[in-house]
Amino acid sequence: MSETLIRQHLIDPEICIRCNTCEATCPVGAITHDSRNYVVDAAICNACLACVPPCPTGSIDNWRTVPRASAYDLASQLEWDALPEEVEQLALAVEPVLDSTAYGATIPPWSAAHPFTNLYGPKAPEKSIAATVTGNVRVTEAGRDNDTHHIVLDFGAMPFPVLEGQSIGIIPPGTDEAGRPHHARQYSIASPRNGERPGYNNVSLTIKRVLTDHEGRLMRGVASNFMCDLEVGDAVTAIGPFGASFLMPNHPRSHIVMICTGTGSAPMRAMTEWRRRLRHSGKFEGGKLLLFFGARTREELPYFGPLRNLPKDFIDTEFAFSRTPNEPKRYVQDAMRNRAADLAGLLADPLAHFYVCGLKAMEQGVLLALRDVAQGHGLDWETIAAALKRQGRLHLETY
Amino acid sequence: MSDTDILVDDSLGVRGDNFVDISLDEMIPNNVDLSSDKQLLRALESWRPDYIDWWNDMGPKGFQDAEVYLRTAVGVDPAGWAKFGHVKMPDYRWGILLAPQVEGRTIPFGRHKGEPAWQEIPGEYRSLFRRLIVVQGDTEPASVEQQRFLGATAPSLYDMRNLFQVNVEEGRHLWAMVYLLVKYFGRDGREEAKALLERRSGQQDNPRILGAFNEPTPDWLSFFMFTYFTDRDGKMQLAALAESGFDPLSRSCRFMLTEEAHHMFVGETGVQRTIDATCTAMKNAGIADPYAVDAVRALGVVDLPLLQRKANFHMSVTRDLFGSEISSNAADAFSSGVKGRFNEAKLADDHVLHDATYAVTRVVDGALVNDDVPALRSINARLLDDYIADCQGGIDRWNKTIERAGIDFKMSQPHKGFNRRIGEFNGHRIGPDGTILTEAQWATLHGDWLPNAADMTFIDSLMKPCNERGKYASWIAPPRVGINSQAGDFEYVKIA
Repeated sequence: MSETLIRQHLIDPEICIRCNTCEATCPVGAITHDSRNYVVDAAICNACLACVPPCPTGSIDNWRTVPRASAYDLASQLEWDALPEEVEQLALAVEPVLDSTAYGATIPPWSAAHPFTNLYGPKAPEKSIAATVTGNVRVTEAGRDNDTHHIVLDFGAMPFPVLEGQSIGIIPPGTDEAGRPHHARQYSIASPRNGERPGYNNVSLTIKRVLTDHEGRLMRGVASNFMCDLEVGDAVTAIGPFGASFLMPNHPRSHIVMICTGTGSAPMRAMTEWRRRLRHSGKFEGGKLLLFFGARTREELPYFGPLRNLPKDFIDTEFAFSRTPNEPKRYVQDAMRNRAADLAGLLADPLAHFYVCGLKAMEQGVLLALRDVAQGHGLDWETIAAALKRQGRLHLETY
Repeated sequence: MSDTDILVDDSLGVRGDNFVDISLDEMIPNNVDLSSDKQLLRALESWRPDYIDWWNDMGPKGFQDAEVYLRTAVGVDPAGWAKFGHVKMPDYRWGILLAPQVEGRTIPFGRHKGEPAWQEIPGEYRSLFRRLIVVQGDTEPASVEQQRFLGATAPSLYDMRNLFQVNVEEGRHLWAMVYLLVKYFGRDGREEAKALLERRSGQQDNPRILGAFNEPTPDWLSFFMFTYFTDRDGKMQLAALAESGFDPLSRSCRFMLTEEAHHMFVGETGVQRTIDATCTAMKNAGIADPYAVDAVRALGVVDLPLLQRKANFHMSVTRDLFGSEISSNAADAFSSGVKGRFNEAKLADDHVLHDATYAVTRVVDGALVNDDVPALRSINARLLDDYIADCQGGIDRWNKTIERAGIDFKMSQPHKGFNRRIGEFNGHRIGPDGTILTEAQWATLHGDWLPNAADMTFIDSLMKPCNERGKYASWIAPPRVGINSQAGDFEYVKIA
């Protein structure tokens, strides 16, 4: 593509009532006005859509596909009495949408260890396993919105063997409003295979206290609040382990690229810690670790402190914060584009493995960034993507 | 991990707790941590049945069982505050939502300027705050009462839905003020909250506090004019209170402002669509003269001069809501940090106003003069001027429609002193152009400027319900965009 097309966000001046709600809502200051019109700066707008629901008129929800170079500037928008006609962009293609299900692998890398799965659960001889809480610490700064806990569970004499990337199911006590036992909730394990504390039969979990549902309604999550409120010594009923593909390579020269947001960091922490322990014991030949870690703010990053203390030659970490006041939004895919040269090298390397974990919304951006990096370096994206999938080297775990 | 070995529900990842704990404070969507304040929760729970009784008695008449496509605010972030769905109005989830707290906010004006904003009410300003909150709160149920008969003559299901949306949000604004009363004013506040449900718009022995809120809203033109002009007074008052040093009041009003935008939208587009229908009908009938009133009315549309008279009435009555232009009460409220000015933060003065003056129009010796008055005492005059400027934008857009249709007519705002009963112009007769008139002149001319008996009879004849999906009464054009981008024949109200 010689020229990039963008979907430019515009406000219909014929429908807008100039109530200022959009300008007051915009988190990045892309919307301004004069006495005549409200207008959107294409250079600032990141299409986060925060302004759309509060608009009382619907005038806010207008988009024109235009070449980036000829986006409508503020001066011309301020002159409008009506929106311009949509100009057909026949010669150019709009950014395609990548189907993430076509890219994620369903098998583990060849050097992965063999996982145990479903040792406890409805179809297993043992329906559940009892675990004891041996630790529960808050790992984000105080504040109602980002209460994330690091919780350690010990299985005593009962086996619960896990690998990095696997998950565990927790059954909250009690019943739902219909009197049925609660469903199990699944959490990624944040500790390496030999325990949160090496040599102990325990695992750690990263759990964010859920206070709103997917649509922002106030709602206390049953399991997450149960877990976050646990005290040392409390008993927990669990099932699992689960997961047989999102597993790390054990080949000592394999590279791991980890891309995560929020509590999607749990499996990345597990893999990083296992590599750190291996390196500590000398069984490590220098495969690279590259981590892209996104959060709304620095304060919301779980494990921010310990991660910064890892040596750069061991793990290369890029943070992206989407809600830092007075700074433009930055997502993991933006951080990835900044590291295009390194990523291109890794995409071309059959020893490199890619792991993505976090909110569903990140998949598109991450895949598009990988594709653009590949294409920008003369690599054939579709060939590489097909190999990554077939060889179990690109794993998407989003929710 | 692959899907095959997951025994638990799909996508129950780290944030997959989809099950709601039923707790009492879920009934009241809130971001004020209601569940942790048992006393407040109890007070609100005991007020709620009275509120529902009031709603059933005084809310929209005849439509309490209808399923209305309403927007419910359940949170203050963009994702939380516009949930659409069909609900019965008495089941609407009225919530208590405050705009997010700004860390380190300071009082932006008055003698406490620069001090940290108050999280509790200072004792010396208690009665002042109480009065302001009660007056603001009183207007909310009042407008619901004023509009309670309009559902029966709605020109479409779309308009009916908009009316009910405005009504439930006025109800939510009452909740917002009641929250402040109950939380911060103890027993006094609980009594005031009760009294808010006992006064009745237009009732002789226990009327609403402000005059304009005791006038009935007799027809849909009045409703549109009311939501454009009178709710805009609400917007100005909320904006001034949003500057308040009392942080919970400020945060309440900031969130209410985002809702108020919808009310102004209903007003602006209601008048716009009325004008649109008129211009289109005139054009199709080959009528160019806007004053050919009989010919225009015969088309089943509202003649433009009548719209201007309606607007004149609502503008003048609403201007009275700003109170006396020169007011020592307003000066006190400003100096003490209780109530600021419109867009206080954007004003480039010292925000204390000790030595500043402001030009106030007054009648002196039978002539209009602009007097420089101490700015502190002319806070109300200034808010009124800001209001008049804020009104002009929509009027200009209405005029564009008329102009595009090639009709020689312009809607305009009458002079500030026209038809006023409160403040500097009270007792004077002033024409829309600012001419000072004798009582005799006024008596002969006012029927040209304010709706007359023939106008009201004609409007009555037009106000027939149109409840068919996607259909609109003759006098109003369909909207250009549906609510929440719904299709043209969407069933906005499922009438029981």
